Order: sequence, then structure tokens, then C-alpha cells
Amino acid sequence: MSALLELKSLDKRFGGLHVTRHVSFALQAGDRLALIGPNGAGKTTLVNQISGVLASDSGEIWLRGQNVTQLSQARRVRAGLARTFQITTLAPHIAVQRQIELALFEREEMTGRMWRSIDAYPALQAEAQGILIRFGLRAHAATATQDLAYGEQRLIEMALALALRPQVVLLDEPMAGVPKGDGERLLAALDSLPGDLAVLIIEHDMDLVFRFANRIVVLAEGAVLADGSPDDIRRDPKVRAAYLGN
Amino acid sequence: MNTLLNILIDGLAYGMVLFVIAVGLSVTLGLMRFVNLSHGAFAMVGGYCAALLTREAQWSFWLAVPAAVLATALLGGLLEALVLRHLYRRKELEQVLFTIGLSFVLIATTNALVGPQVQMIPLPPLLSGSVDLGFRTLPAQRLLVIGAGCAVAALAAWTVSCTRFGIWLRAAVDHSGTASSLGIPIRTVQCASFAAGAALAGLGGILGAELMPLEPYYALKYLVLVLVVVSVGGMGSITGSLLAAVLLGVIETASKYLASEWGSLFFFVAMALLLAWRPNGLLKR
Amino acid sequence: MNTMTTLTPVLAAAPGQAAAPRCAPAWRAPLGVLLVGMAACALMPDQLGLMTRIFITALFVLSLDLVVGVAGLATLGHAALFGMGAYAAGIFALQVHPDPLVGLAVGIAAGAGLAVLSGAFLLRFQGFTFLMLTVAISQILLSLAQKARHWTGGDDGLSGFVMGPLLGRFEFDLEGRVAALYALVVLAVLFYVARRIVDSPFGLAVRGIHENRARMAALGTPVFARLWVLYTVAGAMAGAAGALSAQTNAVVGMDSLSFALSAEALVMLILGGAGRLTGALIGATVFTVLHHTAASINPYHWLFVVGALLMLVVLVSPAKAWAWLRRRSGGAR
Repeated sequence: MSALLELKSLDKRFGGLHVTRHVSFALQAGDRLALIGPNGAGKTTLVNQISGVLASDSGEIWLRGQNVTQLSQARRVRAGLARTFQITTLAPHIAVQRQIELALFEREEMTGRMWRSIDAYPALQAEAQGILIRFGLRAHAATATQDLAYGEQRLIEMALALALRPQVVLLDEPMAGVPKGDGERLLAALDSLPGDLAVLIIEHDMDLVFRFANRIVVLAEGAVLADGSPDDIRRDPKVRAAYLGN
Repeated sequence: MNTLLNILIDGLAYGMVLFVIAVGLSVTLGLMRFVNLSHGAFAMVGGYCAALLTREAQWSFWLAVPAAVLATALLGGLLEALVLRHLYRRKELEQVLFTIGLSFVLIATTNALVGPQVQMIPLPPLLSGSVDLGFRTLPAQRLLVIGAGCAVAALAAWTVSCTRFGIWLRAAVDHSGTASSLGIPIRTVQCASFAAGAALAGLGGILGAELMPLEPYYALKYLVLVLVVVSVGGMGSITGSLLAAVLLGVIETASKYLASEWGSLFFFVAMALLLAWRPNGLLKR
Repeated sequence: MNTMTTLTPVLAAAPGQAAAPRCAPAWRAPLGVLLVGMAACALMPDQLGLMTRIFITALFVLSLDLVVGVAGLATLGHAALFGMGAYAAGIFALQVHPDPLVGLAVGIAAGAGLAVLSGAFLLRFQGFTFLMLTVAISQILLSLAQKARHWTGGDDGLSGFVMGPLLGRFEFDLEGRVAALYALVVLAVLFYVARRIVDSPFGLAVRGIHENRARMAALGTPVFARLWVLYTVAGAMAGAAGALSAQTNAVVGMDSLSFALSAEALVMLILGGAGRLTGALIGATVFTVLHHTAASINPYHWLFVVGALLMLVVLVSPAKAWAWLRRRSGGAR
């Protein structure tokens, strides 16, 4: 079975700092891969390279059988890749429903249309409302995103990525900064992700990781320390030494 | 050959004036990320003070200039501490508009107080003549300007690299949050740098009074040139400002001598090319 | 169109639940502008020259709002697009054909053309660098216009062209009625076009780019392409304003390319409120009227007033006031 996402020996330096050392792994459809590691291990930098925000110094990224290493961010999104950001990255003054609609317009490649009003696309509006309902955000359709609670903003981050109907999604610490109590809807959203979606999630919460992931890659100082099933990782002495504690 | 030398000397002098005025703005931009478009007004105030002190109050040139520079420093410091510091968190555009408004008000006030005529700064006899360098004679004023510019550059470089204030300054430019948590008195650094920048601008206004005549609209008229130097040289980079100022000063002087019907075309083309090549400044990648 | 309203009753709506966001119909505000403008012209027939200037300035500031308010690109070189349209229309009337509508088309094309060319270069940069480069472009154009005095008249300005009758029938009369109505109609039509563009998926994407470029890139938006198109549209509108100015004044001066014009337009936009399009019109109107009434006074006093106003506006920002008002009356757009 060909991999949906494949990293081949990705390497990156920031001046003298070697932030990504020959990282290689692959994701299949339906994988739930958790990328864990101590702070500063280079997890977000790696995700930035996969999504195209940063250019790697060497190595290749293959998405659905296509070499996307030289492609721009936008092209990789077209090829089926979506991501969320660790620091919430939303348009602050645009209403929630409009933002979802924007993702849908982009998906359908309609943002080049300059004449018909955004209200003249009832099918897309219905789909946007459906997404809002699924995430429990229907009541906030007309609210500017900056006026939402932080947990709800994280939900929109995820909703936007999923609205694009990607084959591969990169979730950068989706629960970051969300108080324990408010995380319910986010967890429910994670559980209800499509079965054939390949998910790469960066997380620090080990309970969540072991509950959600069917595979774990441990990154330390930019290099892959271990790659296997949750049980293998739990038992691996190298990983324990690196940071898992007891 | 003679023309070439004239171009180089006049261009160097012009560049030095631009540098002395611009260096304060560059540091302010790099340090506080504050777009201060009223910076031209400091140059104007310095020039006006010197002009009024020498002409009206009959002070000696050598006394009036430091006094004028000091007065400008005071004005800058007060402005920063009382008004401008509250705008540091605002958006760029708001800072631009506020400081443009401030410039307008200062222009109007200057006109109301002193009138719209051009202010001359009479030079002392020592500086009015020419100096014989052996291979050619130079107007003493040009030598003063070039010398002053070099002195300012040297002083700035020394302050930044060898004094504690300089270390504070660099830390604050790179990372003000961390710097303040390390105990560096950020507010003092900001206010002092701003005042110093204003003082230097005032000095530049005095030095450049021949090339850039002092009248109420001065505050805005030459602002564009100063902004160009700052952006090409790179915000916060003193050496960058020097390089940019001298380069652009020579280009502008050359085009005035050799191709005056084209106006400032070459200046701005050079600026656009340099900025496109190094958007973060000449010395930064 | 309102299939959405059938969905809302199905969901158990909590009391006071916000409705879905909707845009106002695009023709409403432009029609309002047309009616108000015509009424103003009818009520003040001896001020038609001022009216015409207001309409033209409003169109210019509207085009600036697209760039600054909608796309979020702070520029101090917008006069270049205006002046380009003005000189193109003037030269066309002088050298080729004095028909106003064809000249308007030429002005629009010239503004759009300059925007396409300069945008290809400028839009690679952001923030302060972008701002400075817009100044560079407009100063370069100014120098070129001064050099090409054979075409542009240099510092003396371009004059000596007489406009033909509008639509072949309406001569530009001395009282200025035709000119005023012409400018007003062009303003209303282009305002309508601007409204439609801002309310379209393209406009939404551009607003998204303004507020969070990283987010839009992560959604797959071709950011550069979208901004380039928007800049071109704004250039076309500024060119139209310039052409109108050339035609109604029968003269084009170097001030139409000046830094002062760019700065003034920006001031008007901020005073009226950027990003909503209507703010551009309000700002332009108020500022032009104020300037007209203060014109007889010492220009330095006028400068003081504008400066103080600017500082006041920044300290007590009307944008925040508008936003607060909007939130009180029911959510974002």
C-alpha cells in the first residue's frame, strides 16, 4: 500500500543549529500518528517543513505519490494536505461562518470569483452551517472569531482544516492552552475524524496520545528516536531515558 | 576628473547629513518598532534653534550649536515620555498618521512663531572659508559636515559596542521582553535613545542648512529622504544607515550634476533596487 | 436566496441567538450615493465645481480603501495610479480624440496597467518595505513625467485640450452641471462594482489575507495572485478618478502624481474609517468640504487643524467606535 505522506531524510539547519536530522517516516490512510518529544525537539519545525511554510535544506516530501518538496504551501493544500497551527491563526474580525465558508470557497477553487455575492452560494452556506453544527458552534455563526473563547477558537482551527477535505491532516498541539474542562468538544472532534484520514498530531498530553494514536514517533534534538506502536514506545528504554519519566 | 571629485565630496557631505539625521530614526524604528514620521521636525527644530540663537540672540556659533542640539534632545525626550510611548503598541498605520499629524502641527507652530521665511545659520569665520588640502581646496563647511558625520558614526559605534548602555540597547532591540526581565531599564533606554536620536537629527538639520534650507515645511519635505535611508540601510542598523546614506547621497549629487532634467529618478531607482535586493537592510539577509 | 432561514427554526434556537451573517445588497449604498449626490447638486447649483471635486476625490479614496482597508496594504504611492489615469486621459484628449467616455476608458486602462506592472514588483514585499517602495514608484513616475515635458507639459502642466460632448450630446457647460453629473454617475457605478467585489468570494479571500496571511496560505489561497488582481482593480478605479479630474478640469498638473496627494488621500480614508468603503466616501466628502471652507485661511492654520485632527483621531480612533457600534447592533459581517 503506497503511503499518503512520506518524508525522506528531511534535513534542516538554522545557522549552526541542526533542527531536523534526516527525518524519515511515512503515513498510511487511517493512521493516527502522534509526534512527541521534549520541548525544542523540532516538532513544529518539522510540521512547518511538511506543510511548506519552511523549506528543507535537503530530503524529499511525497504526498499521495507526488513529490511536493518544491511546491508552495497553497499547492500542497490542493494536493490534499491540511494543517492547524499551535498558535491560533484565525482572521480576527471575520465572522465564524464566513471563515468556514472561506475554507470551502478555497476548496472549490472559487475565490477567483469577483461578482456574485458570498450569500449567493446556498450549497456552500449549508455545508458551512453543517460544519458549525457538528462542532457545536452554530450559535456563534455571526460572531467575530476574536470574540470567541479560546477553546472554541481551537475548534475552528480544526474545523477549517477538515473543511478542506484533506487526505492528510497535521494537527499542531490542538489542545494547547485549552483548560482541561473545555477540551471535551475538541476530544470528541478528534474521535470523530474520518476513518481513512491520515492524521499526524503533535501533543504533549500523554493520556491523549496513548488514547488516540495507533503509532508514535519520538523526536529528540531533531532526529527520530523511536517509531512504533504505543506499546513499543512505552517499553522502549531509549524513550524512557529521553523524557517519559516513569 | 574635477567634476568627479566635486561629486564625491558634495555627495559625501550630503550623505553625512542624511546619515546624522537618519540614524536616530533608524534606532527608534529598530528599538521600539515605532514609525516616527515627526523625526524630520527634530532636524527642523535643531536648525531653527541654532539659527535663532546665532542671529537673534547673537550667541557664538560654537555655543549655539550644542545648545540647539541639547534643546532638541530635551524636546525629543519629553515628547517620547509624555506622548509617544503610549503609541508603541498601536498599529503601524496609526503611528504613521499620528506622527504625520504631529509634524503638521509642528510646521504650523513654527510658522506661527517665526514666520515662513528661510532661516540662515551664519557660519563663524573659521568655517566660512576654504581649506587647502594640497591637492585641492575644499569649502570648510563641507569638511565640517564630513568630519561631524564620521564623528557621529564613530561615537555611535563605540556606544553600541563598548558601553553598558550600548549593550542594553542591543539587548532591547533584539528582545525587549527578555531584556526587561533581565533587569535592563527598558524605559530609560527607550527614552534616552529617542532623545539622542532627536539630538542627532537636530545636529543634522544644522549641518545641512545649506543643502536643505530651513523653512516650516522642512519637517515633511526631507522626511522621504530620511525614510529612504532608514529603509535601505535597515532598521536599527547604524552601519547600514551610514552606508545607505553615503551611497544614496553620492547618487543623488551625481544625478544633480550630470542629469538634472531627470530629477531624483536615479535616487529612487537606486533605492527601489537596493530595497528589492536586500528588503531587510543592506547588511542584513 | 434565503434557504438559510428555513434551517434556523429546525435547531432549538436559544433566545437571542445570533443569526447567520449576511451582506447588504450591493446596489443599496451606491444608489444612496447617487440620490444624495443629485439632491446636493440640485440644492446647491452654484457649488457644482466643489461637488465635482468631492465626487472625484471620493472615487480616488474609495480606490485607496480597496488597497489599504480591504487588502491591508498600507501605501503612500497611490497618487501614481491617479496621475497615470489623469495624464493618459489628458494626452488622449489632446492628441487623439476628445470624447470623454473613451478618454475615461483610456484612463482606467492606464491606471490598471500601471498597477499590474508595479504590483508585480511591489507585492513581493510587505510592511514598511512595501510602503517605502510605493513611495519610490510614485517618485520615479513623477521624475519621468517631469522629464517627458513634451508629453506632459512638465511643471507647467498639461492643458489646451477641450473635451467633446458626453455621449455625443451633452456639452460640458460653464456652470459645470454635466461635469458634476458625469463624475457622480461614474462614482456611483464604480462604487457598485467595488461593493460587489468586496462581497464576493474573492473579496472575502482578500479580507482573509489582510487579517491573517498565514491562515489563508494554509487554506490554499494563491495569496500573491489575489492581491495582484485587487491592486489592479484599485488601479483601474484610481485611473478613472484621474481621468475624471483631467476631463472636468481640462488641465493636469504635477500635483496629481505628488506624495502630498497620496498622503492626503490616506488621511481622508483614516478619518472616514477604512475597510467599509462608505468610510472612504465620508472621509473624502468631509475633508474636501473642510479644505474648501478653510482654503481662504492661511494654509499653515489649515495644516494645524488637520494635524490636530489626525492626532485626535488616532488617540480616539473612530474605527474602534464603529466596531463597538457594529457589535452592539448584532455581530460581524
